[in-house]
Amino acid sequence: MSTTDLPGPSRPTDRRGGTPEEAASASYRTEKEAEAPSYRTEKPSGTTVRAARRRRPPSTPLNPRPSIPLTLVTGLVLVYSLLPLVWLVINSTKDQRDLLDSFGLWFGRSMNLFDNISRTLAYDDGAFVRWLLNTLLYVVVGGGGATVLAVLGGYALAKYRFPGRRAVFAVVLGAVAIPGTALAVPTFLMFSEMGLTNTPWAVIIPSLISPFGLYLMWVFAAESVPDELLEAARIDGSGELRTFFRIALPLLMPGTVTVLLFSMVATWNNYFLPLIMIKDPEWFPLTLGLNAWNAQAQTAGGEAVFDLIVTGSLLTIIPIVVVFLLLQRYWQSGLSAGSVKE
Amino acid sequence: MTLLPTSVRAASPPPAPTPRSRRRLRRQSLAGWGFLGPFVAVFALVFLAPIGYALYLSVFKDKLIGGTSFVGLENYTQALTDPRFWEGVGRVGLFLAVQVPVMLGIALLVALAVDSGRLYGKAFFRISVFLPYAVPAVVASLMWGFIYGTRFGLVGNINDAFGITLPDPLSPSLVLASIGNIVTWEFVGYNMLIFYSALKVVPRSLYEAAALDGAGEWRIVTSVKLPAIRGALVIATIFSIIGSFQLFNEPSILQKLAPNAITTDFVPNLYTYSLSFSGQQHNYAATVAIVMGVITAIVAYTVQLRGMRKG
Repeated sequence: MSTTDLPGPSRPTDRRGGTPEEAASASYRTEKEAEAPSYRTEKPSGTTVRAARRRRPPSTPLNPRPSIPLTLVTGLVLVYSLLPLVWLVINSTKDQRDLLDSFGLWFGRSMNLFDNISRTLAYDDGAFVRWLLNTLLYVVVGGGGATVLAVLGGYALAKYRFPGRRAVFAVVLGAVAIPGTALAVPTFLMFSEMGLTNTPWAVIIPSLISPFGLYLMWVFAAESVPDELLEAARIDGSGELRTFFRIALPLLMPGTVTVLLFSMVATWNNYFLPLIMIKDPEWFPLTLGLNAWNAQAQTAGGEAVFDLIVTGSLLTIIPIVVVFLLLQRYWQSGLSAGSVKE
Repeated sequence: MTLLPTSVRAASPPPAPTPRSRRRLRRQSLAGWGFLGPFVAVFALVFLAPIGYALYLSVFKDKLIGGTSFVGLENYTQALTDPRFWEGVGRVGLFLAVQVPVMLGIALLVALAVDSGRLYGKAFFRISVFLPYAVPAVVASLMWGFIYGTRFGLVGNINDAFGITLPDPLSPSLVLASIGNIVTWEFVGYNMLIFYSALKVVPRSLYEAAALDGAGEWRIVTSVKLPAIRGALVIATIFSIIGSFQLFNEPSILQKLAPNAITTDFVPNLYTYSLSFSGQQHNYAATVAIVMGVITAIVAYTVQLRGMRKG
């Protein structure tokens, strides 16, 4: 599960002399031949060897060279991806007046970022801070719990033979295809019979299950924990729990971080589940809180707190973006394992 | 590391136990269930029980007079002939037919560009395009909703600056496209990374062989790279289809900004939601959720069969 980039094949030392055509044909040869290209025997047509040497060889599939046109075209998607975030950052520095009458992609007359942040945190008796703490609770208990269950379950499926193993596997894989939102309304009705709605449990319990996480851990455990190692531990008299913690868990760490990352982001960003489960603003996560502020701002007579919504949105995404940037190689390994699933 | 052997190896059980003792087998079962038990217990509570409960609810009806009574398949007949439900299904169908190909097309092109090694700053590309995936749907919808706005959004800015009137992205005729744009923005990077991860494990010897046969860059893409990542393409398509059928967050949040354009039955999920929370029609809401789940499963399964067969 290598996460580093493929070595860039266009190192300067790779440059071969000769005309572009020759260089191209050379790189189409086998590696051994390419190491010692036979351009000397061929006649450089029209150009002097020196001029040709200065010219860089053309890009080939095996020996690619960065291309400005391709970078520019792909850059359009880059601009598309980043522009709304730039808009968000810029507009979180504006007060209400600037927000309404200055150009959206440039700064307004005043710099209000810190004022906006402190007002966002203080508004409505610090509701935002309360929602932030709720979100952290849901992320740590829900997302963390989901990771624990997935790691234990994936390890069991990969490393033990027991009756019902295949059935569990089939049911869970089938469940991957069941979208969470289809279950949300029946789950709400059930939880409300059980008196769980409007409590943190209503958000935490459904967050504990990540079929995708279980699948990921199962593939990962099958790959990274050798049976011989477990066997050796058992022969030495180590109990199953002890074997798991002392031997398997350290080997499972990279997969565990990946699953943790995915389930934490899913919990942090969750909207539908808390929307139906929680009516009491005391237990709102950030996503619901922002939505409530927006609803208030759009209602006639409600205080139009657009500046707070924009700043609050920025504050909501900063932690997740930081976590994402710091741990980005885990995303990739998770997605590459996920794309194996068939 | 190749893709197929991974899944094959993972699918096969660990080596058969040596006939050393039956006690070991029992110990294996016990430990296996011990580790798996917590997951299965919670899974039963939040997956299996709600499905069962929904099925149970769907065959009853809460009448004003006489209370709850068994009505058999009456709710299903009602759902299957409910124009408000089918309008929503039609809308997500249209959404699916346009948004999913556009999104996956862009994602695939970016993945191929990043993988080709022909971009300057390819790591920056990869991270930046993926970044929106980390943004919650609520924030993405609010952000884009404001940008769409004619009051202090970019659309309003452009109108003021050029003295023109762009069509309102939040008007009834354009709002579905505007939602499509938000969803595309959120998930292009995610799908790009799925494709890119799959491309990265294609053995380079395949490119070398193709190049030896005289294939150019584009030919290698169509004849080597795309067939090699077929699995990832099918998976991404299925995930996107399921996602489209479950469209909820974006219309639900934009509803406050465009109350006239987004009705309570705009998409099936929004319909289910308003049935159970505004209308208190729990039995019917459960029925609609089941019907929608079945439709989703059928479409996703069909795509999977077709996608795999062509290989």
